[in-house]
Amino acid sequence: MKFSTTWLKDHLDTNVSLQEITDALNAIGLEVEGVEDPSETLKGFTVAKVVSAQKHPDADKLQVLKVDTGDGELLQVVCGAPNARAGMKGVLGLPGAVVPSNGMELRKAAIRGVESTGMMCSARELELGEDHAGIIELPDNASVGHSFADYQGSSPIIDVAITPNRPDCMGVYGVARDLAAAGLGTLKPIAVPSFEALGPCPVEIRTDDPAGCPAFYGRVITGVENGPSPDWLQQRLKSAGQRPISLLVDLTNYLMLAYGRPAHVYDLAKLSGAVVARRAKNGEQVLALNEKTYTLDESMVVIADDKEVHDIAGIMGGENSGVSDDTTDVLLEIAYFDPARIGVTGRKLGLASDARTRFERGVDPEFLEQGLDLLTGLIVELAGGTASDVVKAGSPPSDAKVVAFNTALTAKLGGVEVPADEQRRILESLDFAVSDEWQVTCPLRRHDIEGPADLVEEVVRIHGLDKVESVALPRPEGVARPTATPAQTLERRVRRAAAAHGLNEAITWAFLPDAEAEHFAPEGATLWTLDNPISEDMKVMRPSMLPGLLMAAKRNADRGGASTRAFELGRRYFRGSDGLSDEHATLGVVLAGEKVPRGWAGGKATGFDAYDAKGVALELLSAVGAPAEKLMVMEPVADGTGTQFHPGQSATLRLGPKKVLARFGMLHPATLKAFDLDGPVAAVELFLDAIPAKKAPKGPISFARPSFTPPSLQAVTRDFAFLVPAQLPAEDLLKAIRGADKANIVAARVFDLFTGEGVPDGTKSLAIEVTLQPQDKSFKDADLKAISDKVVAAAAKLEAELRG
Amino acid sequence: MTDLISQKEAALVAIDAAGALDALEEQRLAALGKKGWVSLALKTLGQMSPEERAEAAPALQAVRAEIAAALEQKKTALEAEALEAQLARETIDLTLPAPDIARGSIHPVSQVMDELAEIFADLGFSVATGPEIEDDWHNFTALNMDESHPARAMHDTFYFPDSAPDGGQMLLRTHTSPVQVRTKKEVSAKNEGGAPIRIIAPGRVYRSDSDATHTPMFHQVEGLVVDRDIHLGHLKWTLETFFKAFFEREDIVLRLRPSYFPFTEPSVEVDVGYSNEGDRRVVGGHGDDDGHDWMELGGSGMVNARVLSNAGFDPSEWQGFAFGLGIDRIAMLKYGMNDLRAFFDGDPRWLSHYGFTPFDQPTLSAGVGARP
Repeated sequence: MKFSTTWLKDHLDTNVSLQEITDALNAIGLEVEGVEDPSETLKGFTVAKVVSAQKHPDADKLQVLKVDTGDGELLQVVCGAPNARAGMKGVLGLPGAVVPSNGMELRKAAIRGVESTGMMCSARELELGEDHAGIIELPDNASVGHSFADYQGSSPIIDVAITPNRPDCMGVYGVARDLAAAGLGTLKPIAVPSFEALGPCPVEIRTDDPAGCPAFYGRVITGVENGPSPDWLQQRLKSAGQRPISLLVDLTNYLMLAYGRPAHVYDLAKLSGAVVARRAKNGEQVLALNEKTYTLDESMVVIADDKEVHDIAGIMGGENSGVSDDTTDVLLEIAYFDPARIGVTGRKLGLASDARTRFERGVDPEFLEQGLDLLTGLIVELAGGTASDVVKAGSPPSDAKVVAFNTALTAKLGGVEVPADEQRRILESLDFAVSDEWQVTCPLRRHDIEGPADLVEEVVRIHGLDKVESVALPRPEGVARPTATPAQTLERRVRRAAAAHGLNEAITWAFLPDAEAEHFAPEGATLWTLDNPISEDMKVMRPSMLPGLLMAAKRNADRGGASTRAFELGRRYFRGSDGLSDEHATLGVVLAGEKVPRGWAGGKATGFDAYDAKGVALELLSAVGAPAEKLMVMEPVADGTGTQFHPGQSATLRLGPKKVLARFGMLHPATLKAFDLDGPVAAVELFLDAIPAKKAPKGPISFARPSFTPPSLQAVTRDFAFLVPAQLPAEDLLKAIRGADKANIVAARVFDLFTGEGVPDGTKSLAIEVTLQPQDKSFKDADLKAISDKVVAAAAKLEAELRG
Repeated sequence: MTDLISQKEAALVAIDAAGALDALEEQRLAALGKKGWVSLALKTLGQMSPEERAEAAPALQAVRAEIAAALEQKKTALEAEALEAQLARETIDLTLPAPDIARGSIHPVSQVMDELAEIFADLGFSVATGPEIEDDWHNFTALNMDESHPARAMHDTFYFPDSAPDGGQMLLRTHTSPVQVRTKKEVSAKNEGGAPIRIIAPGRVYRSDSDATHTPMFHQVEGLVVDRDIHLGHLKWTLETFFKAFFEREDIVLRLRPSYFPFTEPSVEVDVGYSNEGDRRVVGGHGDDDGHDWMELGGSGMVNARVLSNAGFDPSEWQGFAFGLGIDRIAMLKYGMNDLRAFFDGDPRWLSHYGFTPFDQPTLSAGVGARP
């Protein structure tokens, strides 16, 4: 909310500085968002007199002026305004001044060969109005050489942010009251211009919806003359950022801006019969003052006459009964509407207005009659006319809240000692009535006061939050205790393990475009789709960590980046069967582009392959203590997500047949196409919440490891080469070999894979190194032969044939 | 005898002239091999009379020893030469580049979250989490923002068309405050109506707002303390202590301003003093000092009594404070990033530039901040 200090001083008797005012506003919770000081913005603009005006020698529409700025020497100024003439007074912008409307700094320049020192300004250039047809004309008594800001008497404008709990400060008067309580001056009483109410109101006024509109006060004024507002009023409105419209409209806006009290003026000639506050009918329509038509429903309150709706109550008036320059008779409305209903109606209609902002937060129920009289008095004074008596339909809420207060609470909650007398003074200065027993009666306008804590806030904010001293939180003895949960520890470890593995942690949007989300959605899963996405690209909550990373890889490739090794630790989101969010902590990895760039040693650049993805998956799983030796490489999950990964180059890592800890592999060409990526691209997803948590120890934690007992005898290795069916997974053969003689075989690994010459079609050659560990005595030749025979026999069951 | 000496001299000359190990071997065989002249000469000793032998043997043995020594010496020299030649052959250009080792990085948001956890752990806070897709009740109603509350409009909420089991609308949480509701509910249920709580709740939050300084997704940390005699002074100390540890400077000055949040009463906005160095804001100093100003860092206040009872606490017995800070914002202030939108782009160049090594794990003893 904006207002000028002149306006503030209409209500606050004070002589403190601007700085003191803004400091106090911040201190009491009316945050200053900005201060505009016209003496700053209009610096370099001076009242000047045109002494002579001659035609420009080289341009038809320009004149060359000699201008007096009071320092004895005449300045030469080239000017294109048609109204520039000898003898007039206007505003000259001197070189160095910055034109407020466009930020241009004025300079001495030659215009069509004639030197010009400064510029004579139009109202629009100085942001004083719309007029740009000619330069500003000042009256004869304007004193030449005076700074224009001083001449104009414009005062600094303060912009404050009013929090939603303080609608009583959504008018200058309310701000003045808070400042007075904080000791910055004295609040002036409200001056109501006097007028005579002559005769009964000719219009019937009713409220048929006492819940939605408890009170509707009105009065008719006949014989008014509408037109432009006087300067002072226009200045006030402009300082508040409002455009003056016409006297009648401006006065209702003035009442709202000065006192936080919205009101409405109807053109009586456009009304027919009784004017009633009632519920709208379903489907009823109204053309509002913003020239849009709104369709209403029966939850909304309206003001209507016999024929049609004229006002969306508390939000916006109707176009058809708005006042115009021809208006002579008016009906004034000042009403009290149920705040909650105004808020709901406004949201349903998507209609914001200054009136709604105040009504939905709660206006002062005690300011109906006085507000109406103020508005009437101002209209009669400035627009003439004869006022009728007031009609009061219904009555506003009048039950004041009484809070039992204990002054000790201020220290207990606020952490600052304030003497009881001072607490009483503060509350009373804000119009709270405090009894001897500290029963505190709240002014009706303070809808925000619910209980004692609110009174503590009032006391503390006026007393000064800066007086609250820091007090250390009590801390337990000794060194801080560990606080992280196992899941948190796991996430921290896996994140740093991924970075240690050469991956860059990225954070990407949790929402995806529809198609990308759909591509990665498992069959049968319900995804979350936003009702009001910020764009179509940010619409569906991700079912996988990969799309965001793939889009980052695409952006990187487009920028010429040679490789992307990125991971993200975040959540996948599904709609659970209970209707709530089912969120899974997941780590995604994307490896795209070059794994090794072309180089002097390795030759051509190489890309990532599925074994890189497998390596990352296993490395990260073991970093967080997943039992890597028990993991099984199994087929992808059959959940309809087949087109995400290459069917022949992807797999899952499982703990038992059902528990999927990770999936990895190369992406399907269809995925690459969908994301417009050049392949190949490897990817991993680790399902962190599937990794079994380490069991919390019973009793005190022990950090001791099992003791280290190396075997006393040296292990020996034996190599075997088998011809096996091409389709046989190597792991099956290894498992069979490891199981052939569990007492002696401690490891088996593939050291060569070969197909081609000498290996029949449909088969491959796998060379296996088997590690044998003697227990209490060394192997003899016969022992080794027996073990070898077992290995060969076990392999034979898989149609593996020992090569000669 | 002269014959023996001249033969020896000739052999020594030949040994010395041998240019390679095989030539040297030939010389060894010629002299000391089975049929070498020294060996043959030694064999003749057996046929001599003892007197003759006593005279000839020492001379012959001396010749043998001298030749053997010459052979050994030459062999060592030749081997050394061969090794030197091999090493010369094996010399490589070490100015050629070594294979690249990919360096990974930790995102600044994660790093700062770890720093938060470390600092607050020292103050006895644990880390709490909650769902990002929330229901209306936890995000708003339980926090004293019922359906008609005007503060809701300020939240720019992303909604889902779906309803929660209680009929309320599902939405993306607009702040981390629903975690304080969930934590309080859990704790009060476990302890039948209350227990002290000290938590922080860092996480992603969402607002339908996008411009140069706002992104529709960002990160917040919520702090909550519930106990018996906790007041605004403790809140101020906690935030001061945190910022001092986080920015690792003692000259942190906070300014509390009254404000309004439906879930706290009294409500307090927290400003920190800063100065400008070039185009960067540097936290520290008093905001009213020359060249300094105040910057808003977050909202806070004493937990509203109704919010406490919504979660099962008796407000006449328990009270406490809550605060909320923007993680991305304090990360930018500390580590000098200037564009929030770049946080979520995934550009490897940005991630490497502003990211942290996995070894920058924050610790109290080394300082929780990662040194440049």
